[in-house]
Amino acid sequence: MTKSELIARLAERHPHLSQRDVERIVNTVFDEIGGALAAGGRVELRGFGSFSVRRRNARVGRNPRTGATVEVGEKFLPFFKTGKELRERLNMKDGED
Amino acid sequence: MADRTMTRADLTEAVYHEVGLSRSESASLVESVLEEISETLATGEAVKISSFGSFSVREKAPRVGRNLKTGEEVTISPRRVLVFRASHVLKDRINGNSASGRGF
Repeated sequence: MTKSELIARLAERHPHLSQRDVERIVNTVFDEIGGALAAGGRVELRGFGSFSVRRRNARVGRNPRTGATVEVGEKFLPFFKTGKELRERLNMKDGED
Repeated sequence: MADRTMTRADLTEAVYHEVGLSRSESASLVESVLEEISETLATGEAVKISSFGSFSVREKAPRVGRNLKTGEEVTISPRRVLVFRASHVLKDRINGNSASGRGF
């Protein structure tokens, strides 16, 4: 499912809303999560999962083709941990939901 | 914001300000977004949110583990796990704003 499919399915579920409003809602949700992570924060959505940022220290790497050493600076990576309820739902038999 | 964990309440508030819906309707829409994604993932289908990231379901084969306390062998049943891969847009956003000027 892509973002536009998600928007279409939500619009079907909420027929009183315009497709445009649903699109703004979906964009707002992901934009807010991204903004919180960019600010170094955490996002916790009980039952779904939590997003956090993990730091990767600076290291000396190598260009695998030339063997030349390169400095790789410190960087931050987004990380997602699946929530308990969603993890359990993934492992239910189909239709058991 | 960095000091506080963002929750559904914050997402609801953002949706409330962005679209002209009531707070309770904003809350139910936030819930719907998460529910629609969860339902799709529960069927095994991946969800791709452009400029954010993708969630996919990976099947794990059964394997033999060991109870570390008693030493007895146990079979770890096959299971499905969720994998999130952040998009480059999100990774860049995180590094663009947070790599400088942070407390550590």
